[in-house]
Amino acid sequence: MEKELKSQLRQIVGERWFLDTPDELYVYSYDATPLYQAMPDAVVMPSSVEEIAAVLKIANQHRIPIVSRGSGTNLCGGTVPTEGGIVLVTNRLNGLQEIDEENLTATFGPGLITSELHQAVEARGLFYPPDPGSMRISTMGGNVAECAGGMRGLKYGVTKDYIMGLQAVLPNGEVLRFGGKNAKDVAGYDITKLLVGSEGTLAVVTEITAKLLPLPKAKQTMVAYFSDLTDAARTVQRVIAERIIPATMEFLDQATMRVVEEFARIGLPLDMKAMLLIEQDGDPLQVEQDMIRIAEIAHAERAVEVRTAQHAEEGAKLMAARRAALSALSRVKPTTILEDATVPRARLAEMVDQIGVIANKYSVPICTFGHAGDGNLHPTCMTDERDTEEIHRVEMAFGEIFEAAIKLGGTITGEHGVGIAKAPYLEWKVGAGGIDLMKRVKEAFDPHGIMNPGKMFAKDQRRRVVVKTHGCAHEHVGGGHGHSRA
Amino acid sequence: MGALTNMLAAGTVTAGPEHCPDSSLPRLLDQFDMDEILNCMQCGFCLPACPTYRQTGKESASPRGRIALMKGAATERLQIDEEFEHNMYLCLGCRACETACPAGVPYGSLVETARDVVETRKKQKGDTSLLRDLIFHEVFPHPERLELMGSLLWMAQAAGLQALAQKTGLIKIMPRQAAEMATAVQTIASPWQRMKREPVMEPEREAAGLKIGLFTGCVMDMMFYETNQATARALTKAGCQVVFAKEQACCGALHAHAGEQSGAVELAKRNIEAFERAGVDFVVNNAGGCGAALKEYHHWFHDDPVWKERAMRFVGRVRDANELLAELPPLSFSKELNVRVTYQDSCHLAHGQGVRNQPRQLLKSIPGVEFVEMRGADTCCGSAGIYNITNFDMSMQILDDKMVDVENTKATLIVTSNPGCLLQMKKGIQRAGMTGQMEAVHIMDLIERAL
Repeated sequence: MEKELKSQLRQIVGERWFLDTPDELYVYSYDATPLYQAMPDAVVMPSSVEEIAAVLKIANQHRIPIVSRGSGTNLCGGTVPTEGGIVLVTNRLNGLQEIDEENLTATFGPGLITSELHQAVEARGLFYPPDPGSMRISTMGGNVAECAGGMRGLKYGVTKDYIMGLQAVLPNGEVLRFGGKNAKDVAGYDITKLLVGSEGTLAVVTEITAKLLPLPKAKQTMVAYFSDLTDAARTVQRVIAERIIPATMEFLDQATMRVVEEFARIGLPLDMKAMLLIEQDGDPLQVEQDMIRIAEIAHAERAVEVRTAQHAEEGAKLMAARRAALSALSRVKPTTILEDATVPRARLAEMVDQIGVIANKYSVPICTFGHAGDGNLHPTCMTDERDTEEIHRVEMAFGEIFEAAIKLGGTITGEHGVGIAKAPYLEWKVGAGGIDLMKRVKEAFDPHGIMNPGKMFAKDQRRRVVVKTHGCAHEHVGGGHGHSRA
Repeated sequence: MGALTNMLAAGTVTAGPEHCPDSSLPRLLDQFDMDEILNCMQCGFCLPACPTYRQTGKESASPRGRIALMKGAATERLQIDEEFEHNMYLCLGCRACETACPAGVPYGSLVETARDVVETRKKQKGDTSLLRDLIFHEVFPHPERLELMGSLLWMAQAAGLQALAQKTGLIKIMPRQAAEMATAVQTIASPWQRMKREPVMEPEREAAGLKIGLFTGCVMDMMFYETNQATARALTKAGCQVVFAKEQACCGALHAHAGEQSGAVELAKRNIEAFERAGVDFVVNNAGGCGAALKEYHHWFHDDPVWKERAMRFVGRVRDANELLAELPPLSFSKELNVRVTYQDSCHLAHGQGVRNQPRQLLKSIPGVEFVEMRGADTCCGSAGIYNITNFDMSMQILDDKMVDVENTKATLIVTSNPGCLLQMKKGIQRAGMTGQMEAVHIMDLIERAL
C-alpha cells in the first residue's frame, strides 16, 4: 500500500488507531480458525460511522480489500485477510445506546460484547437469547456478520431471528438504514436479514437494533446418560414429537465425555456411550411439568441414569461438561478442527453414525458433541497441523461428512459460516444457480469486490467424490485441490 | 492449509532477520515450546480477562496476540526486535488469562521464555543495559547488599531526604517512574529493629508440631520487615515453631519474569539448599509473587534430573501463609477491629496458586471485620513486580480503574497478600485523593492487630 494512502487513513482514524508495524499486522493475520493465516497491509480501528465511511471510500476508490472484524472468534476463517488489504476493527463502536422497554428492543454499536448485552438487558428483566460459545468476548457485529447460534437455538432461534434494524456503510461510503423497531415491516426486500450472515462481504454494519424477550422466570437443568447412542438421539426426537420444546438439548458422545472427564474431573460415567444435557426455561410450573415428562421419555428410551439439578449451581455444574468440551478436546492434540455439519433433527442418529464410520475409514480421531435439538453437530478432529499427511486425511474425512449431511437433507454449516473454510463446499449445498445468484447480489452491493474478498465464494469449487443426491442429479468424479482446509 | 501455503508462497509474511544471519538464532528459537504455543487455539477467551487488552483494545496487547507473536518469532516470520520486546514486556504477567484459558495453556511460562529469548538476543548483540545488569546480577542475588540498601533507604527516610528531594526538585532528576512509586513507600524498619530478629521463634500455644521455615523474600524483608515478623508471630500463635533459614535468597521470580533464567536458577538452588539444611516441614511465604515462583521451581530444572528431584521435594513443602493458617486450628483473637474491609487478590496467589478463599476466610474470622467483596477483585492492580516502574503509564491507568471498584466497596481498609500489590494500593489511595480515609494493609499485619 502506498505511503500516501496510509497517511490518508492515518488522518481519518488518528495516529493511535492506524497500525502497520510487523507485530501489529501479524496479530490481525488470524482468527479462531486453525490453519489459516494471511497478513493485512494495514489495520484501522475507527470510532464512528463517519470514519468508517471515509475509510471505505478510499478503499473503494483504490480497490483495496476491506476485512471488517470484531474480536476474531469466528471458526470459518471469515476474518483472515487472505488477499491482504485493510483490516477494519469495529470494536470501538461499542456503545449500548438504548434499551427500549416499550418496544422491547436494544440498539447498540457493533463492538458491543455479546455477554455485556446479555447482562445489560437481563438487569431489566429482558432477554437476548443467542449465546454463542464465545459470547464473553465475541462482538455483536461479529454475531450479526456470521449469524451466530448457540445453545438456545432449539427454542429461541439464532441471531437473524432477533435483528430488526441495521445501519450499514456500503463500499462506496454511503450510509444506509434498514428495518427498525417495527414488529411488522414488509417495505421492500428484507435487506436487514440479508446482511445478517453476510460475513462482511456486502457492507460494514455500524449500528444494530435487536428484538428482546421477557426474561424467563425459571430454568431447570437435567442430565441423562445412555448406553446406546441411538437411544439418546431417539429421546431428542420423542421429546420434540411430544410438543415439548426445551431451551437446550446438548449432546456429547463417549469419546468427548472421556476427554472432558480427563480434563475437568467432574465424575462423568465413562462406560456410557452418550449423554444429553437438557435445559428448560419459562414459567416455574410449566418448567417443572416439562422436566418430569422429559425424564419419563428418557427412561422409556432406556436412559441408564437421569438426574435433574436441584438448584441453579448444580445446573451450571452439569452444563460445565458441555462448555468444557471444546477446550478439553483442544488439549489432546495441538490442532483442533471443529466443524458444524447440521441435519434436520429427525436424522440426528443417522448422522452421528455416519461420522463414526467416516472417522474409522480415514482413521482420524473425531469426537462429536453439539446441539442435538438443532441437529447441529460439532464433529471435532484432534490433529497436528505439522503432519501434512494426517491433515490430508482429515480433509478427506470432513469432505465426506459434509457430503453425508447434505444427503440427509442437511447443510455444510449450521452456525459457523462459510468464510474461507467452507467456501469450496458451498456449491454442494446451494447449487451452481444458487452461487450465481449470490454472486450477483454481492455485485450489486460491492461492484469492485473489495468487501472481504475470497470469502463465501471459492476460486475453485471442491468437486464431490462420486455422489448422487436429490439436489444434484449428475455425477462428479475425483477429489479437488481447492483452498479447502477440511 | 491452502491459505497458509498460499501466504507463504506469496511471501506476504515478513521473512526472518535479514541483516544478521547467525547460527545462534535457531538454537535460541528452540527454547520456545511449540507444543504449548500450538495448544493455544486462538479462541480469544483470554481477551476479556487481560488488563492490558481491556485498556488498549489492541490484539497485540492480549495473551492470544502475544502467543501468536511468539509463534511468529519461533518460526522466523517475525524478528526479535524492539517491537517484539515491547509487546512481551507490556504484559503484566498477572496470569488472569491462565484462569480464563479453556485449553490450559501455561501462558506465564511462555512469556518468561519469550523474555529470556529477548534478553539472550540482546546479549548476543552486545546490547544490554548497565542498570539492568546492576539490578539483576549485583543487587537481588545478594541479601547483604539488599540489607545495606534497606539501611540506606531507612537513613534517607529518617533524614527526611524524600521530602527534601521533593522540595528541591531533586526528584525531577530521578527517573519519574521510580520517584512516583517512591512516594508510596512507607517508613521502613531501622537497622536496629532488624538486628532484634530472633533466628528461632517458639510456638505460643499447644504445639501443632510443625517446624516452619519462613521465606523472608528480598524486597519483602527490606521494605516490609514488620510484615514478616507479624507472619512469624501469627504462625507461632497457631502453634508452629518458626525458623529464619540463614542462607536463603531472593526467590528469583523477578529474574524469571525479566528473561534472566540462569540467574533465577542459581537463586532457586540456594533456596532449596538453605531450606533442606534447616529441616523444616513447610516453607511459608507471605508474598503471592514469590510463592508462585517457589512453587514452580521444578519447572526451572527441565534438563537436570537431580536438581529437579530436589526441587519437587521443596515445592511440595511451599505454602502461602494464608494457605497454611487456613489448614491449622483457628487463631484466637483478643481484639475487635470494627472496620469495613475489602480484599485485592494477588494475581500470583489467585491465578498462579489458586489461593482465593483462604485469605477471605481468614479476614472473615477476625472479630469486628465486615468483609465486602470487590468487583473484579482478582484482576491485576497494575503493580506486577516491577511493571509499575517499567510501564508506569499503563500501570497507573489500570490502577485508576481499580480504585473506582475499591471506592465502590466503601471499605476503609484494602487488604492484600503481596508486597507489590500493597505498595500499588498505597499509591492508588494517594492518586484517588483518599489519603487518611482509607488504608492499604497486608493481611498478616491486619491479623497481628487483632491478635
